Amino acid sequence: MKGSLSKKQQRHLIRILAALVLFFAVFITDKAIGLGSVFDGPAAWVFPFCLYLAVYLIIGYDVLFRAARNIAHGQVFDENFLMCVATLGAFALAIYRGATGQEIEGFDEACAVLLFYQVGEFFQSYATGKSRKSIAGLMDIRPDYANVRRGDSVERVDPAEVQIGEIIVIQPGERIPLDGIVVRGASSLDTKALTGESLPRDVGEGGSVISGCVNLTSQLEVRVVRAFYDSTVSKILELVENASEQKSKAEHFITKFAKYYTPIVCAVALLLAVIPGIVTSDWSTWIYRALSFLVVSCPCALVISIPLSFFAGIGAASRYGILIKGSNFLEKFNRADTFVFDKTGTLTKGNFAVAKVSPAARREEILRLAATAEQGSSHPIAVSIAACCKTPYQGYTLTNVAGEGVVATRAEDVILCGNERLMARNHIDVIREEGLGTVVYVAHNGAFVGSVLIADEVKPEAKEVITALNGMGCRTVMLTGDNEAIAASVAKELSLTDYRASLLPQNKVEEVERLLAEPRKKGAVCFVGDGINDAPVLMRSDIGIAMGGVGSDAAIEASDIVLMKDDLRGLPLAKRIAGKTMAIVMQIIVFSLVVKLAILALSAFGIANMWIAVFGDVGVAVLAILNAMRVNSRYQKVPKKKA
Amino acid sequence: MKKTFKLEDLDCANCAAKMERAVAKIDGVNEVSVNFLAQRMTLDADEGNFDEIMQKVVKVCRKVEPDCTILL
Repeated sequence: MKGSLSKKQQRHLIRILAALVLFFAVFITDKAIGLGSVFDGPAAWVFPFCLYLAVYLIIGYDVLFRAARNIAHGQVFDENFLMCVATLGAFALAIYRGATGQEIEGFDEACAVLLFYQVGEFFQSYATGKSRKSIAGLMDIRPDYANVRRGDSVERVDPAEVQIGEIIVIQPGERIPLDGIVVRGASSLDTKALTGESLPRDVGEGGSVISGCVNLTSQLEVRVVRAFYDSTVSKILELVENASEQKSKAEHFITKFAKYYTPIVCAVALLLAVIPGIVTSDWSTWIYRALSFLVVSCPCALVISIPLSFFAGIGAASRYGILIKGSNFLEKFNRADTFVFDKTGTLTKGNFAVAKVSPAARREEILRLAATAEQGSSHPIAVSIAACCKTPYQGYTLTNVAGEGVVATRAEDVILCGNERLMARNHIDVIREEGLGTVVYVAHNGAFVGSVLIADEVKPEAKEVITALNGMGCRTVMLTGDNEAIAASVAKELSLTDYRASLLPQNKVEEVERLLAEPRKKGAVCFVGDGINDAPVLMRSDIGIAMGGVGSDAAIEASDIVLMKDDLRGLPLAKRIAGKTMAIVMQIIVFSLVVKLAILALSAFGIANMWIAVFGDVGVAVLAILNAMRVNSRYQKVPKKKA
Repeated sequence: MKKTFKLEDLDCANCAAKMERAVAKIDGVNEVSVNFLAQRMTLDADEGNFDEIMQKVVKVCRKVEPDCTILL
């Protein structure tokens, strides 16, 4: 633990420990033999007073100093000042008791209050330092240098100096400093810091790389396409660093509360000392109670632990590649009850792929024949078939029949590959494929072989995610430009609550606005899109969530939450993080307020003494901070499946 | 103009809030946000006399929280 402390904290800790030891040495002898009775006479109190004062000064000289300095600066209601008033007041009371010949007590309390106050301060500084570091670790993606090829030599320069179009060299183990395109070499990249994805990504010549990734296996030469300030890593860092500046309602409440809490408690303390004091003329009792008030007058537990919780929540999310742009969005996202999805590219992969081959028994053969006919074409359908079969037959002459398909011939061998019209014209009977999407029929030498159904693939995790969201009581709505039949089938497959089909891009904004206009208690409407063409919708909704944010500036800018990894599972995960954060925030607020009010009430009636007050106050602060740190615990990577 | 400054030795959250309130009162400051956890201050102030405003900001902060220094 020592190693993680700063110099300042170490000094602080040593001082606290020394003071603690001294304090207990004095305290125990005092209780055991009674320091007040070592000497006789009316000034017997001076001896214990001096011992306790020594301890008091060791632990509290800085508090005293700061209090004096801040008063000079006109800052009166400052925690240092309040602590001084409370403890010096306690000392004064004890001296008064001693001088008037009453039983000597109270010196220990004054010391203890300051001692525990310092323990609390130390703990706060340790805890915030620690969580700040853990977040800083996440942001440790800033590249320090770039190796630029200039002329014949390679120079090591600041990434900000590299111009667009220059060639940079990245050795294995180095971080990619700027976004670019690979011109030489092939390697795997570790994108974990950016996306939370632990599987390395392979890149080859012509592939684009983004800054912040770590080159794993071999040397790459990359042509820079974006200047440093514009590169992915700068954008992400800027976003994360600014995240805690967007304050949530809870934080605003706390700052407001803190502003009034301290003066009110002080005023009440003053009244508590003066009014019953005048009435009963039992001044020392009431002043003592008033001093206990001052001990709990600092709202620090709340002021520090609420932002800490949000900070931890945002940090926890970013570890899973989920960037949340501010605590207010975390707060709002927790209330989200309607998720609107864009279909293509969000719920589906947005590319065409072979969805079904029938009859399935002859899959290999059908695909091979189809791939033979479709090879060399760049049509998305041809590409998707070619992706399924790497070994087409060679030596065929391909003839394109516009609007129908392809005829491939090699001597007497004829492969027909195309739609129903092509088959009908060649008098081939087909077994109709009723699935949704594009159907390609395949015939070989005049006989029907089978059919290939090509459709936009639904993402494998989509169903699980929709089910999880539905299970959380959220409404899930899909917006799509596709026709009714396709929309209905996807909606059914994924068990979406609702869908809207045949929408033009501008209709999507209208649909979201309609959802926003619906009367709701306090829910929020989220729009989830891939960031392409849907920036207006992302902006319009309560919370815009962009998927696969890596490398897409428009998406990062327009949205409030960015899923860096193109994986929908980030949604329920983010929801759980938001839920936990808000639950902890509420716990802290309620718990701290209740304890503080209880201490105030108890000390007003004289039930709680200053010991209890300081324990309560420091204890609440420590518990609140520990609770806040709990937000940044591990979250399961994959949400639990509903049984 | 919007600028971000790093803060050193900003030790208490309440002080950060106090700094924020004090800076916000300065003439010419449009918006200010003191981030205790990130130890940063984001200041949005009039472009024309930004330096002048900045001097006032430094002065106010020294008054509110003498331990904390603004790294310019």
